[in-house]
Amino acid sequence: MSALPFHRRAGVRLSLRYLIAALLVIIFCFPVYWLFIISFKTPDEIFAYPPVWYPASIQFANYAVLFKDGDAATVGNSLVLASISTFFAMIFGTVAAYSLVRFKTGGENLAVWIISQRMMPPVAIVFPIFLLYIWIGWVDSYFGLIILYTAFSLPYVIWMMRGYIEDIPLELEESALVDGCSRWETLWKVVLPMARSGLFATAVFTFIFAWNDFLFALVLTRTEVTTYTVQVTHYFGGQSNFWAKIAAMSVLGTIPVFFTVAVMQRFLVRGISMGAVKG
Amino acid sequence: MTAAVHPDRNFKYWLLAPAIFLLLLIGLFPLIYSLVVSFMRIDMMDTDTSFAWFYNYKQLFKDGRLWWSLAHTLLITAIALPVELLLGLAMAYLFLEKMPWRQIFISLLVLPTIISPIVAGATWRLLFDNKYGPINQIISWVAGERIDALWTIKPNLVYPAIIFCEIWQWTPFMFLILLAALSNVDKSQTEAAEIDGARFLRIFRYIALPAIWPVMAIAILIRGLDLFRIFDIIWALTQGGPGTRTETISIYAYTQGFKQFETSYTAAIAFLVVFILTVICTWAIRRMGLAK
Repeated sequence: MSALPFHRRAGVRLSLRYLIAALLVIIFCFPVYWLFIISFKTPDEIFAYPPVWYPASIQFANYAVLFKDGDAATVGNSLVLASISTFFAMIFGTVAAYSLVRFKTGGENLAVWIISQRMMPPVAIVFPIFLLYIWIGWVDSYFGLIILYTAFSLPYVIWMMRGYIEDIPLELEESALVDGCSRWETLWKVVLPMARSGLFATAVFTFIFAWNDFLFALVLTRTEVTTYTVQVTHYFGGQSNFWAKIAAMSVLGTIPVFFTVAVMQRFLVRGISMGAVKG
Repeated sequence: MTAAVHPDRNFKYWLLAPAIFLLLLIGLFPLIYSLVVSFMRIDMMDTDTSFAWFYNYKQLFKDGRLWWSLAHTLLITAIALPVELLLGLAMAYLFLEKMPWRQIFISLLVLPTIISPIVAGATWRLLFDNKYGPINQIISWVAGERIDALWTIKPNLVYPAIIFCEIWQWTPFMFLILLAALSNVDKSQTEAAEIDGARFLRIFRYIALPAIWPVMAIAILIRGLDLFRIFDIIWALTQGGPGTRTETISIYAYTQGFKQFETSYTAAIAFLVVFILTVICTWAIRRMGLAK
């Protein structure tokens, strides 16, 4: 094998791939590391020149402040809004997708209209929504934001679930109907279990969309249901930023998503590839 | 087995009803409302609500700040999108073959994408800080002298800052999708071509690219749309500043609506944005061969 040029040898190639992979991981993860590490630093360490690359000890004072002042509750708000809206978007979206697939309701036109709603830039609809919400008194309420997030996620859920439901063999449903199941029972007992991994993957992404939202929350909340994304920006100042609070709040808001993704990982990889292939 | 055979004929409509209702409320209502308001003369400063017909739309053409904001948006998109695509593709090839710890590497690389964009912006604001941030420190080491670059303030540095952050956050997204697509490419074909002595670029061009194109086109479309409405990252990094230097179309529309309170004019901008996006999407979907 020594006839092969140096860079073609299997061992060299693999080591080179590891080297590049390690470099990429360092580059892409360093900002996350820095965010986490600042949240554990003391003020002296944060405002040290040259910068301190790792804190002398891990201390939680920055987090304690957030919990004492009640700012940490905004993570709870985000959690409530994102989970409830995901729940409803999954239910309404899945049954709608089922109707589109099995009964061809509204034909291709309805499906295209639904996905076109996804292209709508938030900034184009947030202003009329704001005026509407002022008029009916939904500003700064859980209800208003949940409705908004649910509706905004629906096109995505319908589009994704349509792909998964198309893959379920029709015969299974037919035999369930012949066995005397009602339409609802067929949907509940046959279709949903079959589309399980698709359901999970779609739900995670729907949750993350709602969780990450900033613009809607910025416009439609005041003091009652501030989400964590809005809270983070409260610490930006004109002259100086509250670095410790920015970092600690960001970490608090990032951990639930990291956790969800870690738990759901095996569904996600399949979900992403399937969804992308299906389009 | 058609629905007509069954007694529950309205079943299919009941299934769709809640979704359609919500989409009409949140999707269609604002659009119609905006259309009507954009022909009027409403702002929150006085009570005049008379019809102005196309006055607001004529104003759009004279509004230099609007067209600059569009140009800023396109500039960011034109740089970030190709970089994300090519880098993502290169990374996908790097991890295509099996290697020990592959899954751990991939999981770590995906971290930036699952962080909220507003947090990504905040993180880079900390990284870019001129005095206490690590980026200037690293540049100082390399340069051998103390560098004090004001990344989020200096006009010639704000775009690199925004684009770095954007690329950092979304390259992993491209990477994941392209990795999944490449894994599905028929191995026997690429291997046969390799044995025939075809070069990598030719194999990519004639075997891999056609196979992954449907997925790649959608990834480009999704990222392109997201970049066109970029808001959070810029809000956290520069808020459109210095001055209006990094104002994108979304930031500008927000400013007009919620700082200047130009209700009717904001509605006209919103309509312009929807119009542009519809044109681009229709064109892109045709051009990329996504339409069936």
